[in-house]
Amino acid sequence: MNPLRHLTLSIRLAGGLLAGVGSFAAAAATPADQLATYTAAAGVPASAERGQRFFGTRQGRDWSCASCHGATPLLPGKHASTGKPIEPLAPAANPVRFTDPAKVEKWFRRNCNDVVGRECSASEKADVLAWLSTLKP
Amino acid sequence: MTPRLLRAAVLPTLLATAAAAFAAERSSPAPLPAYRDECGGCHVPFPPRLLGAAAWQRVMAGLPRHYGSDASLDPAVATQIGAWLQSSAGSGRRTRDDPPEDRITRSAWFVREHDEVPAAAWQRPAVKSAANCSACHPRAAQGAYDEHDVRIPR
Repeated sequence: MNPLRHLTLSIRLAGGLLAGVGSFAAAAATPADQLATYTAAAGVPASAERGQRFFGTRQGRDWSCASCHGATPLLPGKHASTGKPIEPLAPAANPVRFTDPAKVEKWFRRNCNDVVGRECSASEKADVLAWLSTLKP
Repeated sequence: MTPRLLRAAVLPTLLATAAAAFAAERSSPAPLPAYRDECGGCHVPFPPRLLGAAAWQRVMAGLPRHYGSDASLDPAVATQIGAWLQSSAGSGRRTRDDPPEDRITRSAWFVREHDEVPAAAWQRPAVKSAANCSACHPRAAQGAYDEHDVRIPR
């Protein structure tokens, strides 16, 4: 193969790969990234223990987080009113969880309104995510 | 064409046409992806033809208080889904009267179609709610509610 042509081809291939990686990085995040973001916004360290307590406790309303996601979110849950199955919430059991920041924010907003009657604070989100991240199958 | 031949040729065609029309009435076109993902996040994406346009309009206007849950959406997504529901809403006899609370499960036809289901069956943990269509209709998520597919969990 002509060395120049080979070089051009390699550059094209590498460029394509890089573009692919770039678009992937823009769309996806890891649970650790989001835990870091919430912890920074909270200004205090996250507590998995506090997160577990928050997750399993009703806050003066009908449901806790566990009402739909189950007390052990490594397992599937079930929607408390419609009965629809819910995929496991813990990242170790379901790798797509907490990889799309917009989706995470949307569900925290809605579900905290249902469970707590207001949006959750950054600290509450960090605690819950810290606990979920400790769960291993 | 003799009358006998006419019957032989025409009747099967008529039957096939009627069967196709019936099947079309019973199955649903593929839903809008945003509808399937957003509304289908908490319940089966109900076929839009099961409510009339005015009822869907009220449902979409009340998403932050949606049958006991906050189902609020990004405004752009809500607009897209709302428009699709308006164009896909039911317009036949079944949706002439809006059901109480705009609940599909309280439509007269729904109650009638399910009158053979024992009251206890609705209470079973695997069913839990009349909105949990797929508990008994295994292909509900695909919009298929054929009576022959029904399996009521024990």
